Amino acid sequence: MNILDIFTWSLLTVTITKAIPLIYAGIGGLYSERSGVVNICLEGIMLAGAFSAVVCTHFTGNLWFGLAGAIIAGTFMGLLHGVLSITFKVNQIVGGTAINIFAAGATEYLIPIVFGKPGATPPLAFTFERQDFFLSKYFLIYMAFLLVGLTHIFLYKTSYGLRVRAVGEHPKAADTVGINVYLTRYLCVIMSGIFAAIGGAYLSIGESGLFSKGMTANRGFIALAALIFGKWTPLGTLGACLFFGFCDNLQSTLQGRVPIPSEFMLMIPYVLTIVAIAGVVGRSRPPASSGVPYDPSER
Amino acid sequence: MKFHKEHLIEICIPVIAVILALIVGSIFIALSGKGIFNSYSALLIGAFGSKASLAETLVKTVPLIFCGLSVAFAFRCGVFNIGAEGQLLIAGVAVACVGYAIKLPAIIHIPLCFLVAIIAGGLWGGLAGYLKARFGAHEVITTIMLNFIALKFTEFLVNGPLREPSGVSPKTPHILESAELLRIIGRLNISIFIALIVTGIIYYLLNRTTAGYEVRAVGFNPLAAEYGGINVAKNVVLAMFISGALAGLAGCCEVLGVFRYFMPDISSDYGFQGIAVALLARNHPIGVLLSALLFGSLSNGATKMQVIAKTPKQIASIIQGLVIMFVAADMLVRYFLPKKKKE
Repeated sequence: MNILDIFTWSLLTVTITKAIPLIYAGIGGLYSERSGVVNICLEGIMLAGAFSAVVCTHFTGNLWFGLAGAIIAGTFMGLLHGVLSITFKVNQIVGGTAINIFAAGATEYLIPIVFGKPGATPPLAFTFERQDFFLSKYFLIYMAFLLVGLTHIFLYKTSYGLRVRAVGEHPKAADTVGINVYLTRYLCVIMSGIFAAIGGAYLSIGESGLFSKGMTANRGFIALAALIFGKWTPLGTLGACLFFGFCDNLQSTLQGRVPIPSEFMLMIPYVLTIVAIAGVVGRSRPPASSGVPYDPSER
Repeated sequence: MKFHKEHLIEICIPVIAVILALIVGSIFIALSGKGIFNSYSALLIGAFGSKASLAETLVKTVPLIFCGLSVAFAFRCGVFNIGAEGQLLIAGVAVACVGYAIKLPAIIHIPLCFLVAIIAGGLWGGLAGYLKARFGAHEVITTIMLNFIALKFTEFLVNGPLREPSGVSPKTPHILESAELLRIIGRLNISIFIALIVTGIIYYLLNRTTAGYEVRAVGFNPLAAEYGGINVAKNVVLAMFISGALAGLAGCCEVLGVFRYFMPDISSDYGFQGIAVALLARNHPIGVLLSALLFGSLSNGATKMQVIAKTPKQIASIIQGLVIMFVAADMLVRYFLPKKKKE
């Protein structure tokens, strides 16, 4: 086998398509974490978004309504995480874990109730992939890259972005200068839910045209890894998502052709994240107040 | 008197949380168009209705006790171990290796297997503790990542070097008879007693020894502990080692008692469920026993409920998620408690 056979046009395109759901979820996680709310429930939100998208498309016959369904589900899940972690000051990891367990259970529970058959929904008559250009899945792909750019501009070039970062780094100081910490965090966590849900919708109505139990296959956690590996920046996250997508793709291309077991290729994102967080090469540092509920009465 | 009141509230919160979760869960049952009462009674019958179902409930309870203890122990030191799943898998595969590859009399073989589980799970957990103590890497992130690494690594082992040659599905060969734990009814084996003994040991260790005192001191306030001469870094690594070892014991009992071979599916998310168990138990070892039994009966009962009442068994995960939310949001639960009078 010629080594150059691997590097084909399809490697690039498949890498991008594998990275898209990660980018949506990763950027979603970015909003939440930059405002100081750890979001380990990206996985659960993606599942909810993917499921809701299929249900809405199924009953309305329109993919845009499906996408809207995912956005509504994401808003709801984000709000739930917000209520738990901001209003009730629940440990954010605990709340996130609860949402993951709940979402995995609820989506699988609802499949037979809505569609009459357990495990997976029947395939939809259409997906974004089989539509004309504007409706095609390219739309979701372009939007993902646009989202990264806009997020970068928002975070670093606007006063609102500065506020978000201030809330994530030092909420007390932000509060003192008149920024509404709770509102900022709520909005960011809801944004986080919406984007993660769109990432899930890309998997269901964008690519496969159905929902099957656990179909996100830990992509929410890989997105979290990408976010950390990308040092909590939009462009870094984009790079990490593309790289992890590339690894995933290379793994399936190389399977059986090289003596490296595919499992080791699949480990790469996780190993790299540990290396990055431990600071062996270029320390990755979280926003200072991420994970700490804000309590104005505390000093 | 005040002391007693606080204690009462501590006990009330989990109970109210479970009740609230069951109420919200019944909305989901209503959604499915099945009877709420029918479903819950089928769940109860499924969990406790016969000797066999009670035994299977306990089979599900044992790993939850170990994983609950694992998460709770780390919590007492202020460390959040969500890596019990990975520690369970690594220990499980190590035990399966020792279980089938080494020929020994049972009296040595079984203790050796347990020792291997403790070391393998402990090291996998201790690694996250070390990364936190040495580099300040947050344990939540490292343990999530270590879970996936453990899963992929054990998948590789059962697909490759350790795969049973004649087997259809990817799993290790059967362990030798000398390593098998004695079964009582069905798949229920003597590991239930081991779990009870370990719970006692952990309770004693935490509350009656210097080491346990240090661990708790670090959990209460690491800065104060450091000031008082306690080595925080050492305690974090130690707590994660013990936490990993406890999760490792879950894997060991699954392999030696329940399955008698290893495959990554031996854990039905016990590591993650352990978080729910520990949380509901307010990180108390004795509470772990009760909440493990609750979740064990919930998951076993739900399987039978699906057969009898046709309500999808995933209601168990829904209720479990809700329980965690309600326990964690104790502000919400306290709202339902009678208001404390100002003194």
